[in-house]
Amino acid sequence: MSNYRIQGATGEWEVVIGLEVHAQVTSKAKLFSSASTEFGAEPNAQVSLIDAAMPGMLPVPNRECIRQAVRTGMAIEAQINKWSRFDRKNYFYADLPQGYQISQLYHPLVGEGALTIDADEKVGIPEDKVIRIERIHVEQDAGKLMHDQHPTMSYVDLNRTGVALMEIVSRPDMTSPAEAGAYVRKLRSILRYVGSCDGNMEEGSMRADVNVSVRKVGDTELGTRTETKNVNSVRFVMQAIEHEAQRQVDVIEDGGTIVQETRLFDPNTGTTRSMRSKEDAHDYRYFPDPDLLPLELDDAFLEDCRASLPELPDAKRARYTGELGLSDYNARELTAEVETFARFETLLAATAKGIGKPEKDVATQVANWSLSVAPGVIKALGDEADIAHATAERQASILDMQAKGEISGGQAKEIFEIVLKEGRDPAEIADTEGLKQVSDTGAIEEAIDTIIANNADKVEEYRGGKDKLFGFFVGQTMKAMQGKANPAVVNQLLKEKLG
Amino acid sequence: MTDLTSLGVREIRDGVANGAFSAVEVAEAFNAAVAAAAQLNAFIVTTPDHALEAAKKVDADRAAGKELGKMAGVPIGMKDLFATKHVQTTAASHILEGFKPEYESTVSQKLWDAGAGMLGKLNLDQFAMGSSNETSYFGDVANPWRRNDGGNAKLAPGGSSGGSSAAVAARIAPAATGTDTGGSIRQPAAFTGISGIKPTYGRCSRWGIVAFASSLDQAGPMARSVEDCAIMLEAMAGFDPKDSTSLELDVPAWAESLNADLKGKRVGIPREYRMDGTDEEILKSWDDGIAWLKDAGAEVVDISLPHTKYALPAYYIVAPAEASSNLARYDGVRYGLRDLPEKAGLQDMYAATRAAGFGDEVKRRILIGTYVLSAGFYDAYYTQAMKVRTLIQRDFEAAWEKCDFVLAPTTPTAAFPLGDKLDDPLAMYLNDVFSVPASLAGLPAMSVPAGLNKDGLPLGLQIVGPAFDEQAVLNAGLAIEQRAGFTAKPEKWW
Repeated sequence: MSNYRIQGATGEWEVVIGLEVHAQVTSKAKLFSSASTEFGAEPNAQVSLIDAAMPGMLPVPNRECIRQAVRTGMAIEAQINKWSRFDRKNYFYADLPQGYQISQLYHPLVGEGALTIDADEKVGIPEDKVIRIERIHVEQDAGKLMHDQHPTMSYVDLNRTGVALMEIVSRPDMTSPAEAGAYVRKLRSILRYVGSCDGNMEEGSMRADVNVSVRKVGDTELGTRTETKNVNSVRFVMQAIEHEAQRQVDVIEDGGTIVQETRLFDPNTGTTRSMRSKEDAHDYRYFPDPDLLPLELDDAFLEDCRASLPELPDAKRARYTGELGLSDYNARELTAEVETFARFETLLAATAKGIGKPEKDVATQVANWSLSVAPGVIKALGDEADIAHATAERQASILDMQAKGEISGGQAKEIFEIVLKEGRDPAEIADTEGLKQVSDTGAIEEAIDTIIANNADKVEEYRGGKDKLFGFFVGQTMKAMQGKANPAVVNQLLKEKLG
Repeated sequence: MTDLTSLGVREIRDGVANGAFSAVEVAEAFNAAVAAAAQLNAFIVTTPDHALEAAKKVDADRAAGKELGKMAGVPIGMKDLFATKHVQTTAASHILEGFKPEYESTVSQKLWDAGAGMLGKLNLDQFAMGSSNETSYFGDVANPWRRNDGGNAKLAPGGSSGGSSAAVAARIAPAATGTDTGGSIRQPAAFTGISGIKPTYGRCSRWGIVAFASSLDQAGPMARSVEDCAIMLEAMAGFDPKDSTSLELDVPAWAESLNADLKGKRVGIPREYRMDGTDEEILKSWDDGIAWLKDAGAEVVDISLPHTKYALPAYYIVAPAEASSNLARYDGVRYGLRDLPEKAGLQDMYAATRAAGFGDEVKRRILIGTYVLSAGFYDAYYTQAMKVRTLIQRDFEAAWEKCDFVLAPTTPTAAFPLGDKLDDPLAMYLNDVFSVPASLAGLPAMSVPAGLNKDGLPLGLQIVGPAFDEQAVLNAGLAIEQRAGFTAKPEKWW
């Protein structure tokens, strides 16, 4: 249980949160028409006769959109309804040419499921928490109104009209802004793993309606909720909840009551304001869309959906800590984003192959390189770095040389710097630039012998029990070798010779 | 030389094919007949050039020895509910006045592909809502038939396909398209002494047909013989991937398979259709029909369709509910009429546009539909109506255990005078009492002429068959047609 509380004048309050996330389905064509869904086209360039609701036009379901929603449902281990149906939600607005949105009220495609948000002490989530998901249904997006194009008129862009959305409805299982934020992030991660939504909140591919109510700590009845519409970032979701919960506590403690209403979030002020109350809410007159037959999914289709699912975030994380022996921290960081794990896994495979060891033996080295060493070098170089030069082969080659003791950690960074700037081959760089460490025992032994001869007093002290002097000898040896000696070899030889 | 306008679909097609006359001659004859029949007000716009161009192409194809289509050289009337490319498509409404689509409906395209040409866009009840063609924004259509009492009262041609029925009965078109939601092909066919078939729901694509009630709307042919209907239906039907409710079935060779020998067939006579208030002469024509079918070899069986009395109320919930949503797109934003009062906002524009653009009957049905779908009323009306619909489907399924098709009257009365029922919507709705059950069940149903009543007006008989069995319906229709000997024609007064 989260310990998020609002201190009111009359006592402590807790907040109850449910989220309806609208996620744009990744597909080339719209939910019921063949018009393109690509972002950024000229206004009204991607509008079919169906999208414009010309007389006599009929919707035909896009199989790919259904498939993506089913795969998403499977990824949250939800019940997939083999029989579902589209309903019309009727209302008039200029961004809705048909005068109704085709959605699924009565029989959604996906039923009960759940996802787990990960423990994060820092933000007040002491342990992993399961958030139940009530349903996922598919529906059409609306168009976009533009109010800034003309002094007295509004313009309409129908490019987005009819694009497929998944509405993912959670149960009111979250009790703090941090949990809600973690939920949205986890959901986004799953969607991106599955490939059913690009998760791009800036472009509006994902947005959330935030349901918030408050109650006194210990109460079991839910308070009256408000719904804040179309919040389009994780940070804003959290801000909206903080503000809305505090507002509700203030209203109640001032003797008022919360009205069930739709609210708008203002990102500039971080506050919410009333949009419309339940009294003037629309009567959407939902009824089954008579232009469409019920959606019936056969076993082969479901099997195909399931077979196409990738390894999902939780399973991947468990495999990273279990099979690969990575730390919890590394596993979490590496699995958070699709791009991160994809890069890591490619590099891991290449490195293991190059070194000729199983992946688990080199996984920690590759993880540390991927999460801290490489990003550090890239960051330090700034604009000088050309990421395109940092191929998996080149990085694997560096890690290979390092694992074999041919180069030191410092040399690895230096070589990577040159790779990033010039795109040269790491082995060639090591040779040409003299960035190799000496593992030749003869040369090192010679240096050590000289140092022992020149520092007889220190040798005496060391042998007398002053262990700390070992570091002095290492330092002297490395200095004599101009920093290029393999530290492991130096250590070993020094131990032998000092006795 | 034969009066070409007296010919039907097959006669024209065959005559063109064997060189008895040219397609252009046919088109010109009908174009002239259409131009001379303005008093009927059957057409909203005429398209003589379309008919001529199609005819020229057929003549050229024939000259080149190419294979000719099923409808080659036949000029037809197109109900103005079908979108026709670059030709005004209005659904007989003010709100779509002047609207010229950039697309062609699937059904009309199929007809053009089969070699037909278009004489014009036929008048209808506004958005196909009505049973008398009096709700059109473009004026009433007059039935070519008149009572034999010497009076000249204009009669309703039926509706909603009233322009279609009037044109075919008046011989200004050999055939026409119709659409049938609750009887809009069959009732006007009965009122004008012609034939018309509504096929199984899904046989004809709805793509490009202005929607009234999507779960009921079906296109079908109207012509003066069963065979002509069969030929034209073959050209109109077929799977269309652009309509999700389209049937993925091959189109049978209905015309070639026509067979009036009904030996071994059972005709079901539903006892619930003997309703109070049904015209005595209608009942008598029904008895005639039974006798004719018996003569054709069919066995007569009494059947029960117990939920028949709930069909009409259920229909007048489901159809308006769907219509209230289907007609939401006519909002003045993208096409058609826009009424934008001074300083009006978006909602004001909607209200003004729709108030000016829709007729009374359309408004009435939008209001009914909006009401029955409203929160708090949905279960009492829409849900109940959908249950009734299922029960009616089951009634028919049970009936097919006992019979191969059903015979019933098409309408409770013959054609009535224009204006008679205009102020009494309920009396008007009662016209659909015999036709609505087959619509709710999605079944093929046909009206064929059975004779004249004592006023000299045609009466129709209706045959309803099992889903996908248009052949059974057409065969029974042919058996009646052969025995009814219906050769009467309306006397030309226009």
